Amino acid sequence: MTDVYPSREAPSRLPEPRVAASVATSTNSHLEIDAVTKNFGPQAVLKGVNLSVAKGGTTAIVGPSGSGKTTLLRLIAGFEHPDTGSISLNGSKVAGENAWVPAHKRHVGYVAQDGALFPHLTVGQNISFGLDATQLPGGRRGVKSRVGELLEMVSLDPAMAKRRPHQLSGGQQQRVALARALARKPALMLLDEPFSALDAGLRVATRRAVAQVLKDAGVTTILVTHDQAEALSFADQVAVMRGGKLAQIGNPFVVYTRPADRATAEFLGDAVILDAWMEGSLATCSLGGIPVRRPPAQGRVQLMLRPEQIRISEDGPIRGTVVDTDYFGPETTVRLQLPVPPVLAAGAIPDHRYPGGGEIITIRHWNASIARPGTELRLRVVGEAVAFPMDEQP
Amino acid sequence: MTNKLAVPGPSGDLTTDTTTAGRGKRPRPPFGVSVVSIIAVLIALFSLVPLAYVVFMTASTGWDTAMALIFRPRVGELLLNTVLLTVVTVPLCLVLGVGGAWLVERTSLVGRKWWAVLLAAPLAIPAFVNSYAWVSAVPSLGGLWSGVLIATLSYFPLVYIPAAATLSRLDPAIEQSAASLGLGAWRAFFRVVLPQLRIAMTGGGLLVALHLLAEYGAFAMIRFDTFTTAIMVQYQSTFNGTAGNMLASVLVFLCLILLLVEVRSRGSARYARIGSGAQARALRLPLHAYQLPAQLSLIALTGLAFGLPLTFVLRWIVAGGPEIWAAEEFMPALLQTLAYGLAAAVATTVVAFPMAYLAVRRPGWFSKSLELSNYITSSMPGIVVGLAFVTVSIRMVPSMYQTSALLIAAYVLLFLPRALVNIRSGLSQAPKELDEAAQVLGKPPLLAFLRVTLRLTAPAAAGGAALVFLGIVNELTATLLLSPNGTRTLATEFWSKSSEIDYAGAAPYALLMILISAPMTYLLFQQSKKVAGQ
Repeated sequence: MTDVYPSREAPSRLPEPRVAASVATSTNSHLEIDAVTKNFGPQAVLKGVNLSVAKGGTTAIVGPSGSGKTTLLRLIAGFEHPDTGSISLNGSKVAGENAWVPAHKRHVGYVAQDGALFPHLTVGQNISFGLDATQLPGGRRGVKSRVGELLEMVSLDPAMAKRRPHQLSGGQQQRVALARALARKPALMLLDEPFSALDAGLRVATRRAVAQVLKDAGVTTILVTHDQAEALSFADQVAVMRGGKLAQIGNPFVVYTRPADRATAEFLGDAVILDAWMEGSLATCSLGGIPVRRPPAQGRVQLMLRPEQIRISEDGPIRGTVVDTDYFGPETTVRLQLPVPPVLAAGAIPDHRYPGGGEIITIRHWNASIARPGTELRLRVVGEAVAFPMDEQP
Repeated sequence: MTNKLAVPGPSGDLTTDTTTAGRGKRPRPPFGVSVVSIIAVLIALFSLVPLAYVVFMTASTGWDTAMALIFRPRVGELLLNTVLLTVVTVPLCLVLGVGGAWLVERTSLVGRKWWAVLLAAPLAIPAFVNSYAWVSAVPSLGGLWSGVLIATLSYFPLVYIPAAATLSRLDPAIEQSAASLGLGAWRAFFRVVLPQLRIAMTGGGLLVALHLLAEYGAFAMIRFDTFTTAIMVQYQSTFNGTAGNMLASVLVFLCLILLLVEVRSRGSARYARIGSGAQARALRLPLHAYQLPAQLSLIALTGLAFGLPLTFVLRWIVAGGPEIWAAEEFMPALLQTLAYGLAAAVATTVVAFPMAYLAVRRPGWFSKSLELSNYITSSMPGIVVGLAFVTVSIRMVPSMYQTSALLIAAYVLLFLPRALVNIRSGLSQAPKELDEAAQVLGKPPLLAFLRVTLRLTAPAAAGGAALVFLGIVNELTATLLLSPNGTRTLATEFWSKSSEIDYAGAAPYALLMILISAPMTYLLFQQSKKVAGQ
């Protein structure tokens, strides 16, 4: 941050001090969004968004539909004006007080959800739409060879240039849209849920291919998606958006394993939430004592574990009774009831050190046959848990 | 995160009000939408001139005079004629139109591809040409039932075309569901298919009814008096009398009632196809023993509606011999018709564009109210538009009276709805995302609009312009009232010849109108298949 934005300190764009570990590590910021708000009529869509994207990095903005993520992307592209706040590209303001650079002068790439290919043009004409033949060496032939190059870059046959968009499959259309956006060699690429219209298998393959192309080209990329798995696998920085604000920004591993709040935890994946008692850095709950790094509070807390942290093992210290199971093929979802502590079972007044008891949790296991309803299994907890203060309700 | 005070800027107070904050010098709303809005409002106001004229005339006549002129036996007689004509003709058109559409789209009718086009063909014959042919065939024709006969044969395609388009788009799965729920073919048709045709039937029925109220030539030819013919007679005798104006206000009132009836009966249910996946092919009901009766009735219908008028036009041409083809007579009429048609079609398309743009790209109360004004305008009969333009131009801009500009303005107003419907569906094929994609690829907004949105809308706009052209070629009433001295269009020439009982002399004009209309009617038929379901 030192050379470009000496005055801006990293903590100012973090939601909470306790996720300080998730700061973008680059010193070279490409895109800087500062306190941006946007209303559509009476509805506040963005309520003060701060985001910094490093040069060459990939950032995924993930959030439920209606959280404002597409609006944010459209602000960056220049399709909409922010109400307050500013947006800077490479250190120069493109939107904000007394500054406005229209979309066609921002030099960013944009791939829309359905590709938005021009139906009246061929694939080749689509790709060369933004190219200026007079600027390319070789004029028209230069354009043609550049189109071929771009088609190869997105793993499509250059012979496809003569086809019409409606003759392509969904995945091919998305690749053409990407090639079209890459044609002008933008330094920043914006992807608005470009994979969501594709079916599951094609989706993963297209996402991988696109990520590779963008990485090879060294293009700074921002992906908007509502699919948390896509966000986690695509980006090296994940920004979780909720209710018009960024709830957490950090690398995928950090936001998944150490979410800032319960809603973020539950949005990013399945979570086991248990009442617990925090003393020092040890939380006591129905799964026994579990270590917590940097607990936010002492006393009664809510404890979050990922289901894969709870393993079935013969010598595990915790017992759980199988309630029912759901078979998915590669794995089985097992619902378990945790035991009621003996003191509580005996009818004693609930003790603050045993806040839980009898909860039903959901875990996963590869072996369906060991989990028949009524079976008692032994469990072991792996790794640390995350604690949230009690007042946080989802 | 909500640290709004962090926003730097010379005007700190702006941050307190987020709705108006920071408007400053920013270009908002984007890309001249406000200019488009102003143009659209001006067009809408212009299109309300006929209605305003009628209201103003009625109000300025004075209560007693107006009452005396409206509540008199002559008006009662006209009202009875018009109402009887409507309540008999509209149901007949519905039965013929829906029946024909069902035979073509849902049964094993032999030669259904030909029948599909033939049933739309009568639309290529202007109603007054149809009337002329029938009077030639049966000279004693006259009165209500002759009016019903000619109007039904001329206008049933207005129901047939939307009904056939809807049926061809209607997912046969719902009929199959009905069958699986134990309904036979007949009960399935009445309980499942017919309700789905509701929009096509109310829309087509409204169109037929509005044509009945607006038609002049066809009814004047058989001496059947409706409001429109009576207003024309008044106009020709007293030019701009109060009596004629009061008749016009009753006529407009009837048109508005029709609009209300249509809105009410259209309902608000959803008729679009629900769910995804490809639509199955329709199963056709085998006609078996009914094949012959079906063929015979279609032959009779198209024979009476299309064959008979064409035959009599050709007979008059043969009877008239070569002397009726005096080039110096019909060439000016043909050229003037083409010129007016082209000029007004282009003008209408240009004028319709801003309204269509707002309706598609900026939906809201504003574009809704523009649509409403357009809907009202679409019901205004040519005679009322003509009267309004004559009076307004004489009183306010006398230099405009009897100019071709005024006539073109009247055409624009009369046929604006046709162009609007087409451009709107074309624009919805060109989503704004494509415009944005062009901008982000470095094209300035205006260039992006021209190269993407305008280019993609062009085919639909051309289709709309063709339909406007078709309307103008066959327009008689407003042309008679507004055309400059010496103007001769095919329709007015035909009319003046046939009014002088020079039926042979009128025949070439009738034939030319049919020849020009035929390809346009085919285009209309083709387009309806695409637009249905939207």
